[in-house]
Amino acid sequence: MDPIINLILFSCLAVVMVLLSLLAITTKSLLRSATYLLLVLVCTAGLYLFLNYHFLAAVQISVYAGGVLILFIFAIFLTSQKGEILQKHEMKKYLYGALVFVAGIAVTAFAFIKHGFLYSPDNTTMLGDQEINMKVIGQALMGTEKYQYLLPFEVLSVLLLACIIGGILIARKR
Amino acid sequence: MFQFSVVTQWIDEFLRSYLSEGWTLLVEFVLIALLVLTAYAVLALLLIYIERKVCAFFQCRIGPNRVGPFGILQSVADMVKILLKEIIRINKVDSFLFTLACFLVIIASLCTFGALPFDGGLHVIDFNIGVFYLLAVSSLGVVGILLAGWSSNNKYTMIGAMRSGAQLISYELSCGLSLLSIVILSGTMQLSQIVEQQSDLWFIFKGHVPAFIAFVIYLIAGHAETNRGPFDLPEAESELTAGYHTEYSGIQFGFFYLAEYLNMFIIAAIAATMFLGGWMPFHVPGWESFNGIMDYIPPVIWFFGKTFFCVFLALWVRWAFPRLRIDQLLALEWKILLPIGLINIILMTLLVIL
Repeated sequence: MDPIINLILFSCLAVVMVLLSLLAITTKSLLRSATYLLLVLVCTAGLYLFLNYHFLAAVQISVYAGGVLILFIFAIFLTSQKGEILQKHEMKKYLYGALVFVAGIAVTAFAFIKHGFLYSPDNTTMLGDQEINMKVIGQALMGTEKYQYLLPFEVLSVLLLACIIGGILIARKR
Repeated sequence: MFQFSVVTQWIDEFLRSYLSEGWTLLVEFVLIALLVLTAYAVLALLLIYIERKVCAFFQCRIGPNRVGPFGILQSVADMVKILLKEIIRINKVDSFLFTLACFLVIIASLCTFGALPFDGGLHVIDFNIGVFYLLAVSSLGVVGILLAGWSSNNKYTMIGAMRSGAQLISYELSCGLSLLSIVILSGTMQLSQIVEQQSDLWFIFKGHVPAFIAFVIYLIAGHAETNRGPFDLPEAESELTAGYHTEYSGIQFGFFYLAEYLNMFIIAAIAATMFLGGWMPFHVPGWESFNGIMDYIPPVIWFFGKTFFCVFLALWVRWAFPRLRIDQLLALEWKILLPIGLINIILMTLLVIL
């Protein structure tokens, strides 16, 4: 694609994401905050689509927008009172927030500087432009060789099982 | 076999001969968007008419018969009415979420609709992850329903939204599992390849018993996903007036209405694509002359014929069974459909391996 069009598309997505993230943390209503978060996650899926990474985009939408956000909304429904306004935090919490913010920026900047980008000016091969076949991803997830992920996959599923059993235990406690 | 790719390629070349590449793409995007939106609206009108007529026949009535011959202009008149209606502002609601909710529902439905393969060349985008994309995007609609119920500031809408959320999340599992068994059979998630592989025999015949079980599970679970009777608890009119969209009026209600009908169409179309061959004509291996005759019927007609067959099944079920209770609904999914679906996947895997 044209570099200019790429730039325009990326800036649109990025600006919308930044604005929505700011709205998500400044809004007073808990459910509105969750909705803005949903829109941020959908925009992130847009970024993945933009990178031609269709699988990750679909996972992003189905896991975050379709799963996690619905859990959030259910939790808000079941716990919060109607029209409840979020309370102001203490100064200490703001301080911790600022620390986490700086640490996050530092980590990102470190990764950004250290990473060898594929699109550097002297390297013009467009590696990311082809879509990765679903079969390759599936075999990488299910393989046992180097750079394949069967063991982490299974470990994660055990973790999820533990969560399910824990949830049932808590729900059944009388 | 007539393929729409001839037409679309001709339009593409025609535009490219006059415009640069970026502008060609822009014009094509706008054209496709207009086409998809128009098809969406027209199909909704058609489905509303079909539903009213079929329901009437099931109840030994005549149905709409005043506007136009056999009442075929009735839904057009209804459309004009709903476009002209006032949007009533509700007091003390979160107006941002209230407005956003109906858009979320219709956007989810439209995104799914856009990725359906109507014909060889009549396919907006052919993702490598086609089936997964359909499942992912359609799950966005649940958020819209939940927000609609909450932001209406009304206990009936709230109950409707909670029921709907529980129902949609549970039945999504069975939908996914039954589609997964077809993905196992075909070895691909790309919709065009799935259709292409059914050129000798449709998957429902090719996959023997497991494919048939998956088809039935998909029809039941998909029907529940569309919030229609006997699974219409979220909008049970005798208990909750109209469920999560009680407070909506005018075109905002129209959005929910459109999305509901089109979701029925989308579920039927996915069932037709995955199990009944999509736009692929009915072919039997070995019967060359029979296959030749079947090829004379255009693929678009095959696609819509199969889809409307599945839609008819959905309408039939609606009037054949009484509404379930919420505990029966959840028991049906978690105790019956889900175990059968899981065992069915094992069966299908054995079938593919052996």
